[in-house]
Amino acid sequence: MALSAQQIPRWFNSIKLSSFINATQLTKHCTRPGKTLLHGFSAQPQMSSDNCFLQWGFKTYRTSSLWNSSQSTNLSSQENNSAQSTLLPSMNEQSQKTQKIPSFDSELSLEGLDDLPPLSPLQPVSEEEAIQIVADPPLPLSSFTLRHYVDHSETLQKLVLLGVDLSKIEKHPEAANLLLRLDFEKDIKQILLFLKDLGIEDNHLGTFLSKNYAIFSEDLEDLKTRVAYLRSKNFSKADIAQMVRNAPFLLNFSVERLDNRLGFFQKELELSVKKTRDLVVRLPRLLTGSLEPVKENMKVYRLELGFKHNEIQHMITRIPKMLTANKRKLTETFDYLHNVMNIPHHIIVKFPQVFNTRLFKVKERHLFLTYLRRAQYDPAKPNYIALDKLVSIPDEIFCEEIAKASVQDFEKFLKTL
Amino acid sequence: MQDSPHFTSPPKRFPTGDVTPPALLFTAGPYFLLSITFSPRTVRKEPLPAAEHGGAHYKYHIWGRDRTALPSRSQFFCEAGLRASDMGSARLAQLNGLFAAYKPPGLKWKHLRDTIELQLLKGLNAGKPPAPEQRVRFLLGPLESSEKKELTLTATSVPTLRKHPLVCGPAFTSLKVAVGHRLDAQASGVLVFGVGQGRRLLTDMYNAHLTKDYTVRGLLGKATDDFCEDGRLVEKTTYDHVTREKLDRILAMIQGSHQKALVMYSNLDLKTQEAYEMAVRGLIRPMNKSPMLITGIRCLHFAPPEFLLEVQCMHETQKQLRKLVHEIGLELKTTAVCTQVRRTRDGVFTLDDALLRTQWDLHSILDAIEAAAPRVAAELEKSLSLGLDTQQLPSPRWPWDSEGLSSALGLESDVGH
Repeated sequence: MALSAQQIPRWFNSIKLSSFINATQLTKHCTRPGKTLLHGFSAQPQMSSDNCFLQWGFKTYRTSSLWNSSQSTNLSSQENNSAQSTLLPSMNEQSQKTQKIPSFDSELSLEGLDDLPPLSPLQPVSEEEAIQIVADPPLPLSSFTLRHYVDHSETLQKLVLLGVDLSKIEKHPEAANLLLRLDFEKDIKQILLFLKDLGIEDNHLGTFLSKNYAIFSEDLEDLKTRVAYLRSKNFSKADIAQMVRNAPFLLNFSVERLDNRLGFFQKELELSVKKTRDLVVRLPRLLTGSLEPVKENMKVYRLELGFKHNEIQHMITRIPKMLTANKRKLTETFDYLHNVMNIPHHIIVKFPQVFNTRLFKVKERHLFLTYLRRAQYDPAKPNYIALDKLVSIPDEIFCEEIAKASVQDFEKFLKTL
Repeated sequence: MQDSPHFTSPPKRFPTGDVTPPALLFTAGPYFLLSITFSPRTVRKEPLPAAEHGGAHYKYHIWGRDRTALPSRSQFFCEAGLRASDMGSARLAQLNGLFAAYKPPGLKWKHLRDTIELQLLKGLNAGKPPAPEQRVRFLLGPLESSEKKELTLTATSVPTLRKHPLVCGPAFTSLKVAVGHRLDAQASGVLVFGVGQGRRLLTDMYNAHLTKDYTVRGLLGKATDDFCEDGRLVEKTTYDHVTREKLDRILAMIQGSHQKALVMYSNLDLKTQEAYEMAVRGLIRPMNKSPMLITGIRCLHFAPPEFLLEVQCMHETQKQLRKLVHEIGLELKTTAVCTQVRRTRDGVFTLDDALLRTQWDLHSILDAIEAAAPRVAAELEKSLSLGLDTQQLPSPRWPWDSEGLSSALGLESDVGH
């Protein structure tokens, strides 16, 4: 692009209302945020003529300073700043640091509000000035989506290029506003570097941030304290990275809360420290989720399904997901296994992955084996079929090796159910 | 003006449309449409149902020979380098028609419909992300070629992130999938779905009043309140006296009484020639609302206490079929409950056309739609012509109208042609 080197700004002119634009002013540095006020103001219906841009600019300057002071909360301020900084939104460009609105206001006020003569719309305009009229459609003051702002905000562009899913974040308006206001260099970069230090790879950063955009509002010191606490509990660096990846909200929890959770699991499950640590590393959402379902499920296993405590411990260390499984699905699966398939408790304990599979799969395969008269789940007898072979292997292998039938037969059988 | 060329020398390869340029068709205007209505044989390649007027012919000939057949998928994909959204929208354009899925027992029909919608959306949204879009911006800059610094606007193509999938979200977020004759949760079998333009065909299929086939399993000796095996037990009886003969006799009686009802609800005066022809073709059935009518019932397998019936019926619900089993038990001077209701055919869709759970994805569904389209079209044309041959009176509630039936029949059949 011919202009890449120079970053010629085209927005700087009309606030300098005392003089016409001349060529020397082109080389002035670019951080003159005045022009963008035109964007906000061009919605005004009476400002329709392009020719009197000076007067237009004057009018906008007058009223927009009032507008700016009154509209303190919306993102127009950030938009103005960031709009100027991203004329050419390529990542290699040096982003221009934009002045903040307060300084802009002060600069405006220094411009001399008083000594501007009123300009007539019939005044002739030189060719150069005509070229510099910017007639882009204005940025909307408020929007339900971030795609109107993504081309004007460097922060958003960099986030998209990292892989953050903005379409999910824009569903939460306060998160979207936060992201628009944040500055990439100052705030976001620190957190990203912290996450990289933690061990999260670049290609995972996108998914992490899409889920946990609230991490940008956390204090960096707090985050470091929490990581230090986890290290003190003998979680290795790789462990912590894996936990944070699988449960993005982990580091948003305060140290006390993490401590409480870890203590709860240790007391409730009565496992050794090492086993509790392994459990939490495998399923870190135990620390971030609610504890009520876990308590419920423990009662269900003990009282309703009739497992002993050491059996429950064994099953949970094998399949941590059982702690957070749906109670209704658990009872339905167990009911089918125990009462219909007549499998005793001690065999179910050996293969806890049956609780992790969908019930229809167990039913279909069991009925097929029954039809073929191969449904034999007692290890003492010949032709024994292990439960993990029943559920954990794909259809083709199951049909060939266990059922000794073809996949077409299985499909035909399924259509008779 | 000169005589429209379409009267004297119709384009040879019309109606595929690739010879006649569209401009000619449009400029010919009403003369052209008139030509179709009055001299259909010279213009069309094959006859269409007479009910459609010229405009409809015109439309169908441009887009396909019949409503359900669309250009094959390969035509869309033959252009290389189609972007993912283009592929998605090309596949969406193909997603028009009817297909059948096998609903397993225990699954609500609504959940099945939602699952199919999600799977179709997943298939449509899959694909490589499109190349980044560009937008044109007019950038101000000095013309390097000139000696003195001159400002000029250059149009440059700048990458924009506005249409990026991470900013906008997935291209397809919802899809309208309609369900034909519903199945309740405990029943299983063929369930017809319609997507896109196929949803209109569902109404046509409903109005065609085609029969459905079921296999119904019964268990002698019990009676429950909801006629199912797991309902509240009401009565237990002996069934030693039940023989196959008795069962067949009862079924024949049922079929006979329903045959009488069929004729009554179809509102045909049996003394007319049209009615005789229809009876010869075996087509007498009510073409409007009626209570459940059984067109055929027989026993496939009898091994007390279990028995298996095949029922061919129309305007039924699965609960009425279970009640039928209960009533058969009562007729046999014992009691019976229904253990399985399975639909094996719904109109033109049989068990072979039904898609199993592993086949509920975009590709298989597109194949199924293509495979079923010609049969559906043929059946709909047949029932449309049947409906025109015999105009039906509104309902059997006014038997005194049957006097005027034959005269009305004679009148309306003329109008139809």
